[in-house]
This record gives sequence, C-alpha cells and structure tokens, in this order.
Amino acid sequence: MSDRITIDHGSGGRASLELLQTVFLAGFDNEILNKTEDSALLNINRERLAFTTDSYVVEPIFFPGGNIGDLAVNGTINDLAMRGAVPLYLSVGMILEEGLPIADLKTIVAAMRLAADNAGVKIVAGDTKVVPTGKADKIFINTSGIGVVAEGVEIGGSKGMPGDKVIMSGTIADHGITILCQREGLAIRGDFASDTAPLHQMVAAMLADQPGKIHVLRDPTRGGVATTLKELATSSKVGIVIRETALPIRADVRGACELLGIDPLYLANEGKLLAFVAPEAAEQAVALLRRLPHGENATIIGELTATHPGEVLLETVVGSRRRIDMLHGQPLPRIC
Amino acid sequence: MEQWQAALQNHQLAARLIDHLQRLDLPPVRLMEVCGTHTMAIARYALRDLMPAAITLTSGPGCPVCVTATRDIDTFIAASRIPNTIITTFGDLIRVPGSDSSLQQEIAAGRDVRVVYSPLDALDLARKNPDREVIFLGVGFETTTPTVAAAVLTAKAEKIDNFSIISSHKVMMPALAALLSDPQIRIDGLICPGHVSVVIGASAYTGLVEHYRTPCVVTGFEPLDILQGITLLAHQIANHTPKIEVAYQRAVSHQGNAKARAVIDEVFAPASAAWRGIGEIADSGLAVRDAFKNYDAVQRFKIDTPPTREPKGCRCGEVLKGIMQPPGCKLFGSGCTPGHPVGPCMVSSEGACAAFFKYDPTLNTRTES
Repeated sequence: MSDRITIDHGSGGRASLELLQTVFLAGFDNEILNKTEDSALLNINRERLAFTTDSYVVEPIFFPGGNIGDLAVNGTINDLAMRGAVPLYLSVGMILEEGLPIADLKTIVAAMRLAADNAGVKIVAGDTKVVPTGKADKIFINTSGIGVVAEGVEIGGSKGMPGDKVIMSGTIADHGITILCQREGLAIRGDFASDTAPLHQMVAAMLADQPGKIHVLRDPTRGGVATTLKELATSSKVGIVIRETALPIRADVRGACELLGIDPLYLANEGKLLAFVAPEAAEQAVALLRRLPHGENATIIGELTATHPGEVLLETVVGSRRRIDMLHGQPLPRIC
Repeated sequence: MEQWQAALQNHQLAARLIDHLQRLDLPPVRLMEVCGTHTMAIARYALRDLMPAAITLTSGPGCPVCVTATRDIDTFIAASRIPNTIITTFGDLIRVPGSDSSLQQEIAAGRDVRVVYSPLDALDLARKNPDREVIFLGVGFETTTPTVAAAVLTAKAEKIDNFSIISSHKVMMPALAALLSDPQIRIDGLICPGHVSVVIGASAYTGLVEHYRTPCVVTGFEPLDILQGITLLAHQIANHTPKIEVAYQRAVSHQGNAKARAVIDEVFAPASAAWRGIGEIADSGLAVRDAFKNYDAVQRFKIDTPPTREPKGCRCGEVLKGIMQPPGCKLFGSGCTPGHPVGPCMVSSEGACAAFFKYDPTLNTRTES
C-alpha cells in the first residue's frame, strides 16, 4: 500500500478494503466490527439493534434527483435496512465550510427532514462544526442510525446459498453516471437522475411476505454491483453467475457509460438493492418489488452456484463468460 | 440500446461465425490487435473464450498510455513539480509509475493534477485561470492528436498564453512496420485499429500488405464487428490472399479523414519516438513545430527529466510486442495488480494486463502456439 492516503482509498473498491483491513480492523479489532456488514447487530436487553454510520462528501452537493441531504438520510436508512432492520432514529453531524450560503443549508436540511419523514424515522441528535474556507468543500455530512431487527430475521452477507436467485431491484448505475456527468467539463446530458431513495419498505415487504426466504440484502453503492457481488461471493463462499442481457440499464445511462469508457457494473447506486433469495421464492419476490415504489424494474439477474466459490462470472451478450472483479481504483469523483 | 448495436451483439449470429471459424480447419495462427479499445472489447466480451483452438488473439502496442516510455512519464512528473502549474491529463496516465513516483503520488503530495476528457477542457481551464500555467499531457495516436492540435491552434488564435502541451503523441504505421520486421515476432494477421483508421484511412495499410504480405482487416468494436474481422482474416490466411479489408465500413473509408490529418500536420512534425518495450522508432512520434514552440511545455519551461529507472521484473515490453501474454509475466497478478501496478499495461483500462486481470475467467491463457 502507498504510504499516503490516495483518492483510491475512498473508492469503495480494492484499495478501500485494504485500508479497512490493514488500518481500521487491525486497530479497532472486535468480533462485531470484524463482520464488516453494512450495520452492526447489537444485543441489548434481548432486543437486537442495528447500528451504523456513514459520511457524505458528494460533489456537487445538488444534483438531478436529490442533494447531499436526502442522500445522507437515505444512505444510512439503507445500511440499516440491509440487515433487515426497521430504521428508527438518526443523528446528523455537519462539517460546514466558511462561506456556505445559509439558503443552501436550509435547502439541504429541508430535504433531510422530508426524507426522514417519508421513511418514518426521526433525526434526534446533531452536531455542527465550521472550518475555514478551503479546509472542507462546502458541506460534509455524517449520519448515524439505529433500528430494530425483529425476531427470526437473519439477514447477512454470509447467508447466501447455492441455488439462490440474485434479484436486482431496479436499473443500475443511475446515481454514479449522474454525478460523473455533473462534473465540471463533462457536457454529457441525459434524462437520468440520481436514484437516491430509502429501501426499508421494500425490505419490510419482502420479509413479511416470505419470511426466511430472503438470505442476503446489500445496496450496491460505491464500487457498484460488480464490487458488491464480488464481496458477497467471498463472504457467502459461493460462486455467482449473472447474465449481461438480464441487467436492467437505462438506454441513456448505457450510452453515457460507453462514451466515457466506464462499465456500469462499477457505478454507484443509491436507491437499489441486491437480494439473494431462495429459488422457489424469487419470482414472487420480484412480483412484489415491482408493485412497490422504486421497484418497478426489479428483475432476476443471475444465481448462486456451488462451483467457483468466491468468483463472480458474467455471461456476456455473445454467450461467452468472463470474470467480474472488484473495482480497482479508477479515477472516479466523490460520488456519495 | 440502439437497434444497430443490439444487432452487433446478437448471440445467434456470433455462434454461427464461431461455428464457421471452427470448420475452417486452420493451422495455429496468431492474430494481433493494436488498439486499446479492441483489447478491452475482446476481454469484455470474453472472445478468447469463444475462439477455436487454432486461433490465438494477442495484443500489440495499441494502448497509448502503455507505449508511453518511462522517461516520458518522468517528464510529466517533473512538469507537475513546476510551481504554479495545473497539469491536465487523461485519467489513465495518473496511475502509471515513473522511475520514482507517479502523478497520483504527486497529487497526494499536493501538486495540482486534474483529469480532463478533452484537451479543449484543459484550454478552458487556462482561460479560467489566467494567473496559472496549464499544461496538457499529450499522449495518443491519430485518434486523439487532432483534438490536441486543435487546442493548440485555438490557444494561438485566442492568444491564450498560459496553455502548453507536452507531446508524447505517436503514429501507428512505423510501429506496425517495426513489429512486422522483427524476426522474434510472429503475426499471421493484423486486426487493424478502428478509430485510428477513421483518420488514416484503409489505404494507409496498402504498403504494409505489399511489403510484409500480412493479412490486414480494419474492424469496429462491437463483438460481431470483431468476430467478422477475425473471420475475414481467417479466410485471407486459409486462401493465402493477404490484402487490406474493411469490416467497419460504417466509419472507415479508403482515404480517411484528410482534414484531421491536416490539423495534425499543421501543429506537429514527424520525429523519432521511444516506445516502451520496443525502443526508438524513426518518424513514429510527433514533435511540436517551431511555429508553435511557445506551446511546447518542454521547451518553454526547460523541463529537466532525471535519469530513468525501468521497473524491475516488468515485462510490459514483451507484452506490447505480443511475444508474451500477460499471465506469462512473473509479476502478473501477484507483484503487479491494477491496485499496485508495476508497468503501464496493468494501469490503463485499455492495457492488455489490466484487461486480462479484470476479465479473464481463469487467470490463465491457452498455451502459446
């Protein structure tokens, strides 16, 4: 590893994983953190609480489909939901750069309130720090959240079983391509927008409809679907095969990706989930998702296998197979 | 997806072409592509996985970042250390290791290096930052060079004096001739670069075919484009009828784009250039003409490049010549990965090593024929 932090360390790919393992897990080392799930499960007085935290540094702070505020609320709600938790309370920490217009801050706070209200969670604690001009970029937001996990709900990155179907809840790469195209100097425009959205209602509906059949849930944010699947193949000790022709991608997103030479499988999503579901339950789960907000394009994109554990293979449009790896530090901008 | 594109990704048509190739009963042949986008497309669609055993697909010096000599990378790094400059570059260059550093490490050390998607964006940065010097790192073949030349012409016309470039541009034909005359290298057919050929035209290959009797087919980048190109090459080889054919007629003409070539010629003059792994090739590079010397950063800032140190154990040179497939290098996948690249072929998304590492299902390749 290089002896300084580089932008790759924040990319959500291989370099982030190395930093996590060599610095943070080595430093903080305990059995709960070491599971490296989206949120920690805590047993307190026989109640199971999910607890998580996330920081948001996206640039630009306003973008088609949302802003840094609703992104920060939805992102933490989703990290709780991916353990099957019902999200309840959030805290918000703000680092503001001197000179930020108060009107911008109010817009961001209003978006956070709306996102929290829509999801039925309360923002119950907060902190604000201001730093001199140039020491931060307009606004950085940290959110932490807690939720409760009902009895019998056992969702985790190690629970995938050979035969499980891989469900994608909607179109991929919308958030990542939107942020990329918003950057200075990139004059590519489409009708696409960030997909930032809370996912806990989808999760609650799936768990209520077919208890025990939903094995793994993960929102493919930084690093995209490819990196998430690779991580899950490793943690569940299974192989994964996905079909290129089954991947839901908007035509304009696909076009922008080709122009930029970027594989949409590696771009971030902020309102989509991947689910590993028992094969007999998969069709019903897809039908359910399609009836819910943000789930209209849900589809089965592949399945888990007992062969090639730890590897993800993509069946291409021409019928060949290739390996999918984690994101290896591409020069991507701050996306969340 | 566009309809034409869906047609070029048709599973059944691909299967028929593959079946046809299988029946040709070819002797072992090595086909080389010399275009980073072909490298990527072949890997992305796992076309090696579909090839008959007789056909080996190998990558040549078609990735502009990969063929950039370590010395040129060192020059870029030296430029980034000039006070008050903004370095602008295509993204892939940032991670290529030089002798002692990389542009990425220079960014971490506080230098201002920015990724742009066009040299015209770099020119825009120069307009917006009149008190800073903006240097664009010019790498690439005939495809990208016209836009760099256009940026220089615009800078001169608009008197944008804080903009300059470092020209590490290369032209394809002298390098192909050098490869085909190398007795170490066996190439039975050339998958000619689609983008470069849009500019130079199919006629540019006539001399090559006549002199070396090597089958040449220009092709596009969709999987069926490439499979069709391979099929045409296989026929030329089987029938002993080397010629230049175009399987990419929706983009490539016989004469190419004369206007783009004229813009290149106005700003740049042919010069000797060092190719990584291949060495110095006469007339294979492009130097800024004297009339534009104010826009040549090397002259303007008298950039002094320190002595070059080549990375130890790196076999990028042999990979670029198609002598070795990436997994043949001892560093491949262990000492050299996209996260910790040693050589440029592992850095660029168009590099043969990066493409193999990212996409090859087995991390192995079939035995060299």
